[in-house]
Amino acid sequence: MKARVVVTLKNGVLDPQGKAIEGALKSLGVEGVASVRQGKVFDVEVAGADAAAAKAQLTAACEKLLANTVIENYQIDL
Amino acid sequence: MKAAVIVFPGSNREGDMALALEQATGQKPAMLWHADHELPSGTDLVVLPGGFSYGDYLRCGAIAGRAAIMDAVRAHAARGGLVLGVCNGFQILCESGLLPGVLMRNANLRFICKMQHLKVERNDTAFTRQYAKGQVIEVAIAHGEGNYEADDATIQRIEGEGLVAFRYCDANGVLGGAANPNGSRNDIAGIYSGKRNVLGLMPHPENLIDPLVGGIDGRALFESLAKAA
Repeated sequence: MKARVVVTLKNGVLDPQGKAIEGALKSLGVEGVASVRQGKVFDVEVAGADAAAAKAQLTAACEKLLANTVIENYQIDL
Repeated sequence: MKAAVIVFPGSNREGDMALALEQATGQKPAMLWHADHELPSGTDLVVLPGGFSYGDYLRCGAIAGRAAIMDAVRAHAARGGLVLGVCNGFQILCESGLLPGVLMRNANLRFICKMQHLKVERNDTAFTRQYAKGQVIEVAIAHGEGNYEADDATIQRIEGEGLVAFRYCDANGVLGGAANPNGSRNDIAGIYSGKRNVLGLMPHPENLIDPLVGGIDGRALFESLAKAA
């Protein structure tokens, strides 16, 4: 089963990389960009076909390693 | 004082750290590999050196913070043993849960490598007895992710319990403004755990132990540790 985990910075956490990308887009003349926040995407191949079990395993993966929950949120898409 | 230095793939300051420890204690520290499961018996101090463990993949210190040896380091800290993490070692301590908060990208987005003044916040800990309270020291910093952040409640607790070890300052000990190189909350350069037996800091005291390389302001930290056990 294919799963996608998206990790993003929590609201209010300063994201200097996102700010730099935002500045670069503006200097390239890309219009209409109000702000940019950078995050991470993990494509995970989960063994088995039990969606509930996969969700539990991926939640553990996020809590233990993929996200630093001090500053990051995560979202699991199955 | 029996010290052990943990080496991760990508550590690069372990040699400097071993020299500083040997100079102060008269004994070479044990060098342990990240995949080891136990500390040598009688270890008083565990040191996580600087570098780029696991190439800073995922987040700085994230993978090293979950290495096999870290269970032994956590157990050592829980029984009151001393733990020192410098630079990447500080990032690993935060990622492993031994210290609160996180080290984010420097506010100016640049890797900063320069000499920096620090204020010693207290001198009643195993790490700082050979300094004076409020002393201004000059040591090296070399990091891209040293911008200390934590939520407001955590910052309040750290400040309230006196857990800030060092703050960035200028040569006169004045905090704030350009004296803060990386945007850290409250100019925090290093913090202690609640029992003050774990210290993490971004600057490199191990590089300031010989007049030949620019100063000896880092020596007192290792001399404090040598006398602590």
